Amino acid sequence: MAKSPEEEHPKKALGWAARDSSGVLSPFKFSRRATGDKDVTFRVLYCGICHSDLHMIKNEWGSSTYPLVPGHEIVGVVTEVGSKVQNFKVGDKVGVGCMVGSCHSCDSCSNDLENQCSKMILTYGAKYHDGTTTYGGYSDLMVADEHFVVRIPENLPLDAGAPLLCAGITVYSPLRYYGLDKPGMQVGVVGLGGLGHVAVKFAKAMGVKVTVISTSPNKKKEALEHLGADSFLVSKEQDQMQAAQGTLDGIIDTVSANHPLLPLIGLLKTNGKLVMVGAPEKPLELPVFPLLMGRKMVGGSCIGGMKETQEMIDFAAKHNITADIEVIPMDYVNAAMERLVKVDVRYRFVIDIGNTLNSSN
Amino acid sequence: MAKSPEEEHPQKVFGWAARDSSGVLSPFHFSRRQVLFLPSELYHDRENGDDDVTVKVQYCGVCHSDLHTVKNDWGFTRYPVVPGHEIVGVVTKTGKNVNKFKVGDRVGIGVLVGSCKTCESCQQDLENYCPRMIFTYNARYHDGTRTYGGYSDMMIVEERYVLRFPDKLPSDAGAPLLCAGITIYSPMKYYGMTEPGKHLGVSGLGGLGHVAVKFGKAFGLKVTVISTSPRKEEEAIDKLGADSFLVSSDPAKMKAAMGTMDYIIDTVSAVHPLAPLLGLLKLNGKLIMLGLPEKPLELPIFPLVFGRKLVGGSDVGGMKETQEMLDFCAEHGITADIELIRMEEINTAMERLAKSDVRYRFVIDMANSVSQ
Repeated sequence: MAKSPEEEHPKKALGWAARDSSGVLSPFKFSRRATGDKDVTFRVLYCGICHSDLHMIKNEWGSSTYPLVPGHEIVGVVTEVGSKVQNFKVGDKVGVGCMVGSCHSCDSCSNDLENQCSKMILTYGAKYHDGTTTYGGYSDLMVADEHFVVRIPENLPLDAGAPLLCAGITVYSPLRYYGLDKPGMQVGVVGLGGLGHVAVKFAKAMGVKVTVISTSPNKKKEALEHLGADSFLVSKEQDQMQAAQGTLDGIIDTVSANHPLLPLIGLLKTNGKLVMVGAPEKPLELPVFPLLMGRKMVGGSCIGGMKETQEMIDFAAKHNITADIEVIPMDYVNAAMERLVKVDVRYRFVIDIGNTLNSSN
Repeated sequence: MAKSPEEEHPQKVFGWAARDSSGVLSPFHFSRRQVLFLPSELYHDRENGDDDVTVKVQYCGVCHSDLHTVKNDWGFTRYPVVPGHEIVGVVTKTGKNVNKFKVGDRVGIGVLVGSCKTCESCQQDLENYCPRMIFTYNARYHDGTRTYGGYSDMMIVEERYVLRFPDKLPSDAGAPLLCAGITIYSPMKYYGMTEPGKHLGVSGLGGLGHVAVKFGKAFGLKVTVISTSPRKEEEAIDKLGADSFLVSSDPAKMKAAMGTMDYIIDTVSAVHPLAPLLGLLKLNGKLIMLGLPEKPLELPIFPLVFGRKLVGGSDVGGMKETQEMLDFCAEHGITADIELIRMEEINTAMERLAKSDVRYRFVIDMANSVSQ
C-alpha cells in the first residue's frame, strides 16, 4: 500500500497544496527525501507565483494530480549537501526552477537542453525517479539534484530574483537563440505581465531598443518611465500599428490568450522573427503571404536548459535585473491567485515563505 | 488617354495573354520599350546610355504562379496578363552601358525585372525583398507601363536582372530553375538546411518539390517526400533519388515518422493542415513554407513553444544568389524534369497543371511555336 505524503520520505515538510480543481490552496503536511549523494537540501525563503501555477491548480491543462504543491521559482539557503556534491555548500544562496530531473543521456541532455528531454521531470506535479510525486516551492524545504540547482550571486536579491527562475529564462533563452540580442536591434514585447516586464529589462540590458505592444493604454507610462521601454504601441490603435509596420527585428509574444498574428507579422522588418513564449491553446491563423514576402518566421520557445539558466541568473546579477514583485504572506496565496486571474499585479507575486510559512498556519 | 498595349512602346511583340479570370490564354499583340543602341563612338557618353538587354525567348517554364495569376486566385491580376518568369533565350541587342552580356549570349530572366537599388535589401543583394521590387509580369514598371512576361517571343530587361546561363546547363531543362530552383535554393541556405546527414522532408512533389529533392541530395541530406499521392512513390525514389516516401493520408505511417525530420520544405499551395508537418519535425526543427495558399492556415502554437520549432517563409532570391544557384546546378548536374509544349498547347497544359498532371514542369518551346 502506497505511503501517505507525510510518510513516504524521512524529512518532515510543510507546504500549501490544492486538493482539487477548485484550485483553493491550504496547508499540507508532507515529506521530502533524505539528502542523496548528489542532492542539495535548502530552506526555502521565497517562491514566485507563476501563471502556470494558476493553470495547474485549476487543472486547466488536464494533467494535474492532487494534492498539488505548486511553485517553480524557488530560492533559499542550503542546509545540507550530499557527499558527491561539487558545486554547493551549506549557507549558499540557491534556486530551483521548472525542472528537477532528466535522463542525462539523450541528445537534448548532452546539448544542455534538459528542458527538451523526453524524460524531463517537472518540479511539481510529476513523478520523480523514485516513483514519488514532486512537490514544488510553496513549501518550507526543497531537496533537489545538484544538476538542477542554480547558484544565486551575492548581489541578486532573493525575493526579486526568484521569478527569474521561470519568467527570466523563458524570455532570455529566445532572445539569445533567435538572435534578438544584438545592440541596436529593435525588438517588440507583446503583453506586459510577468514575462513581458522581464523581457523588457533583459532586452534593454542587451542593448536592444524595446517597443512594448499592449492592449492596455494605461500601462504606457510605466513601460516607458519605469521599465525603460523605448516606445509603446496600443495594439488596437490601427494608426499606431500602421505607422510601426516593418520596424521590428523581432517580437517576443508573451500573450497566451487567443490573438491575431497578422498585425504582429506586419510590424516585423524583412527577415523578422515572431517568437511565441505564451502558449494559446487553440491554433492561431497564420497569414502565409506576409511570411513569404518578407522572409519572416514564427517560432516558439519554452524555458531553457540548466547551463543557460545559470548564465541568465549571472547576466541578471551583472546587470541588476530583477523582477518587479509584490511580496505576500503564505496565507494570502488564494487572494493572490484571484488577483492573478484578473492580471492585477505588477508584475509577479512572490511568497515570503521564510517568514510566513510555519506550522502554526 | 492611355495607349493600348500594342502602341505604348516602339517594338512589336507577340505573346499569349489571359484576358480574364477564366485564365484562358490566347494570342496577344503588345509592345516593348526600345533599347537604345548607339554607335561605339558614342559609348563614352554614359549619361545617355541604356542598361537594357534584349533577349529572343527560346524557352519559358510554366510555373504554378502563372496559373494562379491568370485565374486571379490572389486577387491582384490586371488583365490582359502575359505570364512567364522562367525565361531562357539569346541576347540580340545590348544597350551601350551593358558590359556583362554581349549579343549571342545565353541568358535567363526570372521573377523580377526591377527594384529600387538603394534600400537595405537591394544593397544586400536581396532585390527580391525590396518593397519596390518589380515582378516580371503583372506589375507596374518604372515608366508606368505593365510588365509582360516570358510567354512571348522577346524580352527587354535591365542588365542587373538578367542571368548568365552556364554552358553546362541546358536551356530547356534549366529554365524552371529561374523560379523553382531559386525558390528552393535560397531558403535552404538561409535557414541552414544544408548540413550533410540531416533529414529533409519535402511536402508536395510538383515543380518545386522535385527540385527540392534534387537539391537535398546534392547537399548530402537524407530526403523523404511527403505526398498525398501514393502513385508518385516509385518515381520519387527510383528517378529523383529520394530516400523514402511518406503518404500523408496514412495515419499510421505519419505517426511512425513523428519527430524524425530536421527540416521540412512545404511546397503545397492548397490550404492544408500544418499540425501533422510540425509533428514530423524533431525538436528545434524548421518548417519552411514556399507555397502561397489563398487563405491563412491554422498554426498550432504548442508545438512551436514546447518543441522550439519554427515556421518560416521565403520568396525566390536576389540576383546574386540566383546566379550562384545556376552555377551550383551546372556543377552538380541539376536540372528540372520537364515536358516540352508549344505555346498553342498552353491552355491544355494549364488544365493538366491544375490537376498536378505533369512530371514536373511544362516548358514552352518558343522556337517551335507558331509565331503570329
